[in-house]
Amino acid sequence: MHPAYSVILFTTASGAGYGLLVWLALLSATGVLPADRWLGFTGLAISLGLISVGLLASTFHLGHPERAWRAFSQWRSSWLSREGVAAVATYIPAGIFGIGWVFLERTDGIFAILGLLSAALAVVTVYCTGMIYASLRTIRQWNQPLVPWIYIALALATGAVLMLALIHVFGMESPWFSLLTAVLVGIALFLKQRYWSTIDTEKKTWTIGDATGLGKHGQVRVLDLPHTQANFIMREMGYAVARNHAEKLRGYVRLLAFLVPGALCLITIAPSALLATPAALLAVIAAGVGVAVERWLFFAEAEHVSMLYYGRPAA
Amino acid sequence: MTCLPTHTERKLGLVIDLDTCVGCHGCATSCKEWNTGGYSAPLSDIDPYGADPDGAWLNRIHSYEVGDGTESRTVHFPRSCLHCETPDCVTVCPTGASFKRAEDGIVLVDPDLCIGCKLCSWACAYGAREYDPSHGVMKKCTLCVDRIYNEHLAPEDRTPACVRACPTGARHFGDLGDPESAVSKLVAERGGFDLLGAFGYKPVNKYLPPRSRRDARTVSADAPDKAPQKQKIAAPTTAIESLFSWVDRALSR
Ligand code: SF4
Ligand code: SF4
Repeated sequence: MHPAYSVILFTTASGAGYGLLVWLALLSATGVLPADRWLGFTGLAISLGLISVGLLASTFHLGHPERAWRAFSQWRSSWLSREGVAAVATYIPAGIFGIGWVFLERTDGIFAILGLLSAALAVVTVYCTGMIYASLRTIRQWNQPLVPWIYIALALATGAVLMLALIHVFGMESPWFSLLTAVLVGIALFLKQRYWSTIDTEKKTWTIGDATGLGKHGQVRVLDLPHTQANFIMREMGYAVARNHAEKLRGYVRLLAFLVPGALCLITIAPSALLATPAALLAVIAAGVGVAVERWLFFAEAEHVSMLYYGRPAA
Repeated sequence: MTCLPTHTERKLGLVIDLDTCVGCHGCATSCKEWNTGGYSAPLSDIDPYGADPDGAWLNRIHSYEVGDGTESRTVHFPRSCLHCETPDCVTVCPTGASFKRAEDGIVLVDPDLCIGCKLCSWACAYGAREYDPSHGVMKKCTLCVDRIYNEHLAPEDRTPACVRACPTGARHFGDLGDPESAVSKLVAERGGFDLLGAFGYKPVNKYLPPRSRRDARTVSADAPDKAPQKQKIAAPTTAIESLFSWVDRALSR
């Protein structure tokens, strides 16, 4: 599948933003984070900023961005529509939670409840994002039960990496949160490894013989394509640029999205702020780049069943 | 509404004969011509006469080589939307632009609602939806919804443009939900089949398989019933017929 760059930016940025929102809500409701105005402002500005930039970016690849509002209407059947509804719904409790924290310096009572509600909606939104892909039976590498959980795990892990950087920048420290972040990164890595081994070992279901119905007459080979130049289907579904380098790119993802941020999180346990703060910030950069590559690879490794008509032997 | 109708009154669709199709692309050309002025006009091309032409087409004609040895053959294979009964291309649409009509089962995109997110083309198993970059919306076969009910056209023209254009009669149009319709009978008689039947979208369009090869190389003496029937020539009665009969024998040697 052709990687839609705006979708990669969207899912990476807003995933981290939603993850950060979850941690801001959880840690403030439990009193781990102080109800400090500037901490609240910075945290929520980064979180809601990333979410909004992502949502805006996701409209760039539309043929008619001005009609994007129509996408809220079909939540009964469409995961994309559900994602849109959940994304917008998250803003409402998150906004009131933010007003309480920034203007009233209160994160307890009703504000805590609304914060937790926005965290729940954030998780629902990311789940919907994952299901957009996981529900497509035409693409074996996406139609996997693990897919939405990987989206959630990565959102929570990248959000925690951001939260940890914030904690250190504000001169606080929390060894157990450093540890928790490293564990979350580890869980996400575990799920991603499981995912890769599943798509590598699973048998391909469909052949060019099934697609054309001509398999019973013998081996089917392409004699002539319908056209001399690549068409929309071949460019969109037949993207194969990265497939030969998949192993190498998976290595970069393992390193940048998981191992480096994981190790840096552990370094933040060090008592020296001189070491811990840069480590936490570096972890943010590595995780951001790593997850963007992971998303790109998620597209590039996906094979669409319609390419059978264009000569791919199996899908 | 992108929820699918539970039942459609009719199941209008095409039956495509892979035995007769000669791969002339006439149906695709006729489709393009009608639909660039039809339901979701335009059906635009970018750089149509240049080095790298690009454009949306609703019908594409593939050519495959099938089998090996004497049984191998070329099969021309027109591919367009199959107007499936339970397709995900409709349900994934976030805007309601994609829909399946309850009255005749035709799957359409409303070009005024489509935001061009392309998700439906990802959900189609048959590569039947093509995005039109200059119009910014998704295009697909409309089964010529603007012809088949069009009372401004002569009755014989109230059929999809591809069916009307096909010079070999390889394309048939009708109600596949009615077992008594001509298309349903044709499917039953010729063993018509679904593309990717096990995938589960329940295509309405059917394909008729290529017939087995009939010529001297595949017909042996122990299968006389399969031999092409030689036309028997009646015994000559006049001199001139005797002459022709001799010519026929001489030429047959
Ligand atoms: S052929 Fe594709 S576009 Fe047409 S109804 Fe079936 S799934 Fe949808
Ligand atoms: S491209 Fe248009 S018709 Fe297709 S899913 Fe998106 S909005 Fe619906």
